[in-house]
Amino acid sequence: MSALLGKKVGMTGIFDAEGQYVPVTVIQAGPCYVTQIKTKAADGYDAVQLGFEDIAERKLTKPEKGHFAKTGVQPKRYVKEFRTFEGEKFAALTPGSAISVSDIFNEGDVVHVSSTSKGRGFQGVVKRHHFGGVGSTTHGQSDRVRAPGSIGASSYPSRVFKGQRMGGRMGGTRVTTRNLRVMKVLPEQNLVLVSGSFAGSKNQVVEIVKA
Amino acid sequence: MEHILRSVTSAQLRQDIPAFRAGDTVNVSVRVVEGDKERIQHFEGIVMGRRGSGLNETVTVRKISNGVGVERIFPLHSPRIAKIDFVKAGQVRRAKLYHLRALGSKDVRRKTT
Repeated sequence: MSALLGKKVGMTGIFDAEGQYVPVTVIQAGPCYVTQIKTKAADGYDAVQLGFEDIAERKLTKPEKGHFAKTGVQPKRYVKEFRTFEGEKFAALTPGSAISVSDIFNEGDVVHVSSTSKGRGFQGVVKRHHFGGVGSTTHGQSDRVRAPGSIGASSYPSRVFKGQRMGGRMGGTRVTTRNLRVMKVLPEQNLVLVSGSFAGSKNQVVEIVKA
Repeated sequence: MEHILRSVTSAQLRQDIPAFRAGDTVNVSVRVVEGDKERIQHFEGIVMGRRGSGLNETVTVRKISNGVGVERIFPLHSPRIAKIDFVKAGQVRRAKLYHLRALGSKDVRRKTT
């Protein structure tokens, strides 16, 4: 597993080798810097901590300053940990080393992309859980088109079961879209083009993990 | 952000497409792959209109084939288009010539010249 942090730029499309038009999402990924390497001996597990996008030092808290000073990396806005980086290229990783898109991704690779989905606020069951709504708009019915319907029986169980799907806050959660194809890698611009779409708005920070 | 998206697709934009507009007659050479063989198929007709921009631009070409009206929509920048030849300029007052569908071939000629 190898991974990189990036930002969603937006969607467009390109023609592939067969001349087929493929919708793609453009991600500006990396360069990421290794801010810490965790080892089984010292931390109980193996992991690589990556930092992405520079941030002014005055915006950091004291502990954060100390953390970046330790490895000598420019302070980063986003720091994320990834368990196990595989391959000989990554065996040589040391704190402070840079990883860019061309180090990890090749055309045709399959990747998983994790990001935070757009927040939708309080939504009803039709949008949130794909309920069908109740009844029709005629025959004297009113206000039932997007209703949830019955939420349980009466005297037994005399309560609503846990996990009953209802309206509520939707979106703003971490969503992983699996098995997206890498269509193109543009190392000079730090761009990766991934087939299809994934959750989140533009400028959203995303994790790209090689499958 | 937008300029990044444009730079990603700009490399695939074709520069060899001649200027033409609705009402003109063009000949489109299409690459057709059959099994492992590739050949060129021609489609000549009147441009009904262009839509989209950048890599997404398409052109609708109409012709009468064996008495039946045939319309094909080509992505202008597709690598499957071998080339587009400009055949004849037309004289029309609209950007989209959907009204040609209702006309006979004689009327079409009258309306586009």
